Amino acid sequence: MTATETVLGAPAERREGREKVTGTARYAAEYDSADRAHAWPVPATVARGRVIAVDAAAALALPGVLAVLTHENAPRLGDPDDPVLAVLQNPRVPHRGWFVALVVAETLEAARAGAGAVRVTYETEGADVTLTASHPEAYVPDSANGGFPAVTEKGDPDGAFASSAARLDVGYTVPPLHNHPMEPHAGTARWEGDRLTVYSSSQGTSAVRAELARLFGLPEDRITVRSEHVGGGFGSKGTPRPEVVLAAMAARETGRPVTLALPRRYLPAVVGHRAPTLHRLRLGADADGRLTSLTHEVTTYTSRVKEFVEQAAVPARVMYAAPTMRTLHRVAALDVPTPSWMRAPGECPGMYALESAMDELAVEVGVDPVELRIRNEPETEPESGKPFSSRSLVECLRDGARRFGWERRDPRPRSGEEGPLLIGTGVASATYPVLVGPGVASARALPGGDFLVRVNATDIGTGARTVLAQIAADALGAPLDAVRVEIADSDIGFGSVAGGSSGTASWGSAVHEACARLSGMLAGRSEPLPEEGLVAEADTSGKADAESPYARHAFGAHFAEVAVDTVSGEVRVTRLLGVFAAGRILNARTARSQFIGGMTMGLGMALTEDSTMDPAFGDFTQSDLASYHVPAHADVVAPEAYWVEEADDHLNPMGSKGIGEIGIVGTAAAVGNAVHHATGIRFRELPLTPDRVLTGLLEHGHPAGMLGV
Amino acid sequence: MDSRHDRAPDSRTPEPERSQTTLRVNGKPHTLMVDHRRVLLDLLREDLGLTGAKKGCDHGQCGACTVLVDGRRMNGCLLLAVALDGSEITTVEGLAGDGEDLHPLQQAFLDRDAFQCGYCTPGQICSAAGVLAEAAAGHPSHVTDPAAPSGEPVALGREEIRERMSGNLCRCGAYPRIVDAVEDVIP
Amino acid sequence: MKPFAYVRAGSVEEATDAFAAHPGARYLGGGTNLVDLMKLGVEAPAALVDVTRLPLDAVEELPDGSLQVGATVRNSDLAAHPVVRDRYPALSQALLAGASGQLRNAATTGGNLLQRTRCPYFQDRSKPCNKREPGSGCGALEGVHRDHAVLGHSDQCIATNPSDMAVALAALDARVELTGPDGSRSVPAADFHRLPGMHPERDTEILPGELITGVLLPAATAGLPSAYRKARDRASYAFALASVAVVLDVGDGVVERAGIAFGALAHRPWRARRAEDALIGAAPTTAAFEHALDLELAAAEPLRDNAFKVPLARRIALDVLSRLAPPATT
Repeated sequence: MTATETVLGAPAERREGREKVTGTARYAAEYDSADRAHAWPVPATVARGRVIAVDAAAALALPGVLAVLTHENAPRLGDPDDPVLAVLQNPRVPHRGWFVALVVAETLEAARAGAGAVRVTYETEGADVTLTASHPEAYVPDSANGGFPAVTEKGDPDGAFASSAARLDVGYTVPPLHNHPMEPHAGTARWEGDRLTVYSSSQGTSAVRAELARLFGLPEDRITVRSEHVGGGFGSKGTPRPEVVLAAMAARETGRPVTLALPRRYLPAVVGHRAPTLHRLRLGADADGRLTSLTHEVTTYTSRVKEFVEQAAVPARVMYAAPTMRTLHRVAALDVPTPSWMRAPGECPGMYALESAMDELAVEVGVDPVELRIRNEPETEPESGKPFSSRSLVECLRDGARRFGWERRDPRPRSGEEGPLLIGTGVASATYPVLVGPGVASARALPGGDFLVRVNATDIGTGARTVLAQIAADALGAPLDAVRVEIADSDIGFGSVAGGSSGTASWGSAVHEACARLSGMLAGRSEPLPEEGLVAEADTSGKADAESPYARHAFGAHFAEVAVDTVSGEVRVTRLLGVFAAGRILNARTARSQFIGGMTMGLGMALTEDSTMDPAFGDFTQSDLASYHVPAHADVVAPEAYWVEEADDHLNPMGSKGIGEIGIVGTAAAVGNAVHHATGIRFRELPLTPDRVLTGLLEHGHPAGMLGV
Repeated sequence: MDSRHDRAPDSRTPEPERSQTTLRVNGKPHTLMVDHRRVLLDLLREDLGLTGAKKGCDHGQCGACTVLVDGRRMNGCLLLAVALDGSEITTVEGLAGDGEDLHPLQQAFLDRDAFQCGYCTPGQICSAAGVLAEAAAGHPSHVTDPAAPSGEPVALGREEIRERMSGNLCRCGAYPRIVDAVEDVIP
Repeated sequence: MKPFAYVRAGSVEEATDAFAAHPGARYLGGGTNLVDLMKLGVEAPAALVDVTRLPLDAVEELPDGSLQVGATVRNSDLAAHPVVRDRYPALSQALLAGASGQLRNAATTGGNLLQRTRCPYFQDRSKPCNKREPGSGCGALEGVHRDHAVLGHSDQCIATNPSDMAVALAALDARVELTGPDGSRSVPAADFHRLPGMHPERDTEILPGELITGVLLPAATAGLPSAYRKARDRASYAFALASVAVVLDVGDGVVERAGIAFGALAHRPWRARRAEDALIGAAPTTAAFEHALDLELAAAEPLRDNAFKVPLARRIALDVLSRLAPPATT
């Protein structure tokens, strides 16, 4: 057995597990010191306008309050790359919840009381926060998130649609959604002279350091950013957020280390969210269900702070063999909080719509929905014509169907009934692109026989630390416990973000290269190692992130069973099974956890997670965890995740595709399709809460088993 | 810094906005002058340096701050420390008692990969400890058969565990693994 | 949160005296709602009178067959109490349908009755709310109000009472026992909470300085079939979209006693008197239940976005009534 067989792919335990179960793992707000102060932000209470006056006298008079920072007295900052970080720089209020002041105090209690005592006067302006499909200010942007062109067109989709045997023209709505990692965004900052050290709840320290350098006018080497443990992020910590800037600002103003941990209710306005998306799908097909035309048009919003366009029509460019196609994004800049990344931006809402529409088409043409997808399997990537480096969607569908017992399914809607419950099953496909970034790593052989690998990765719960050790041990031919890994420190050098399911590929490529080089240096070496050991370094710039001649994507298939209570309209997911094809799975244990985690978040998107932009006030009504319902234990019955191993030489030295996001892609469609199968009713707006489902059941008459109304 | 450990004044006379308060935390007594506004969670984290209990929402809506108060699981974020004078608090740091060994729940969480980011984990573990005690004491749950005999221990099947653990949110979605881990520890 | 004085009371008299001695005081029970609201700045008491250590932590059977529940009995203990489970199952079920294990361990009987609405406009000090700040307006009326009232609301306030426990108490004909400066009294649980009218700032009939000392569950409903059902957005740990507690006594083929109360439909647990009156003396058939519920819910005035609550309440009530009725009769 080679080291590779024993190490890479093995279900190695999380290296930081003991710290996490004993409570000793330290997160960004937990770097205490005798002189540490706490900060508390003051959010704007108008949807649009400007700050006329800030009366801080009452706050400053409170015992323990050290300072109140506002746009009038806060340090002037340089221009950040991301304008959401330009906090307290001018009186403009671009949306409700934008921070207009910061109170720094000796204790959390004093900081909170101080924030409550700051009096802000605004000049308000009329605000528009309501997205509609026909919003007069909606425009077609140049590109959508990820740099994708906003519009693509192939052939004559309208003409093909018009002459198709089967035609489907439907709309879907996905509400705003919130990342809500369990650790609220936090930063602890300390200045020593003109050196800044920051503990940040970030998915990538290099990006935080770069922004802090721009903002505070410092060379990057005077800033250290650490993110040893991060309590989840799901994209909301993928870009630097205001709390780290405010903490650094407050620390500089007060000469004290300062921690700012954002109150949960303030997160929805300032850490990004998944923008709502309004979808229009037009599918044309022949009588056998083979697509002749595919049009996916998406309307979404962005804020007035910056343009962020959820690329929800992009997955349609990858999925099916439609000879004619149009994908298009429209965006309206409104007076709303700035949307950003949330787990699988683009793919997640886009595949909800596309895969729901595919299910509708299957019903329309009378073809099994698994078979319909197989019939539309493309030979090359539909948009680009590139060959796939590997594509195992069909295998995922077939394997999932087998495991799920799909062949026992009665295809007729509303054919499953157990007392007051309607039982249904549904399927949907998943896809997520292979992304990779450059970075550096070093590997050091130590005289005692151990190895030290340093790479600026971040472990936000993915198991990055663990899998990077596996990659290193594999490349070194060393036992896993001989490899130490240091991560999450900007001083290590550039590391890309733990986002876009790119972490393992990006950091792993650098680690692999450094370790392979070190292996070479050690091979044939007979003299003992020097005391400091022997180091090999790697920088994958221009290599890991080089353009590939292949279309590289992970794929998957979800199967869901639901029980719809016809008395209450409550829907429960009784089974959820996903099969994924993501190259080589590097750690079976942590991979399964991540797949299931993604599926669970997708379950929430399907059934429970709802956010409403208040048209009058311009904020999200469901701003806390009592009203924004992330799934609880009781909602998650027995999700199962499996994978199809792929041998793909066109990816990276490990042969892996990312796995952090594909689990959420398609889950909501599978659940929604199951609800249609259960009820015969097509709900086209998420989530499927009792208000919607019961109303639908009533509008569609009395389903079997139902008590009268 | 009213409630800093080393600032406890010599007088026992209550002050208008703070009071001397004694808590036993993980078996050790602590007497502090606490700001009445200070909640148990902040006392543990800020005054005692016990940051195992986490602040996820600060409003009793996530369970990350779950600790045992006189043996019962509660949300540390909603308990005013001053009101707990004389109470026995157990946090994730003290669950296993002294020594190197892990509490069986901690070991089960490791064995089952019952966490990802780890932020909800201390609360999940303390909550699970409470669940085991409550079920043994015959406390029913929303999913317990109403016809089940009162006062007798409740058997913890997976549905019972899920319902009873529902006050502990996990955004990473480690739920099924957590249920596995709790099941492993059922006596 | 503003600084406040703290007084730990050892007796009811000490508590009411301390309350009287501290203007702006509030009683502190488990704190699960009060501390929450203090953190939001919605509540800003000048003093807290801690009543959790009063000798009111017992559940006692009285000679007349009623059950006396002390105000500081924790929700989880009340739900688990053998007598409650056996004789007042709707109460146990309602308690267990609420909040989380942690919160039920902290929350008290008295505190549960005094928990305030979950209306997001009430909870946000930056928005108008007549309940929080009389005369400031109602942000929910034209705002996001899917979760709000369909019965008994006014143009001043459309908030709902969030308690599960109180719904069961109302259906079970429980009484709330109070002690104040002018002595002790008891109020039917169904009348303890108010409708908003012109004074939504007043949630209950409690008078200034009065302390809830306990709840009395009457002998009359002890041992009768009763149950609670709650519909919600997620399977656990969520407030009700609608809920119902039902007590149903059928003898000689007709309904002899019915107690029906709805949760999450109104500013108070909504005791369905019209439906109950219609059922008394009737055979417990589906048709009779439907007729009775229709009579009750005819008074509903749903808002723009919460019309679903009316059929939802009707259907869960019909389901519970049907389950409680003797098998042959429906």
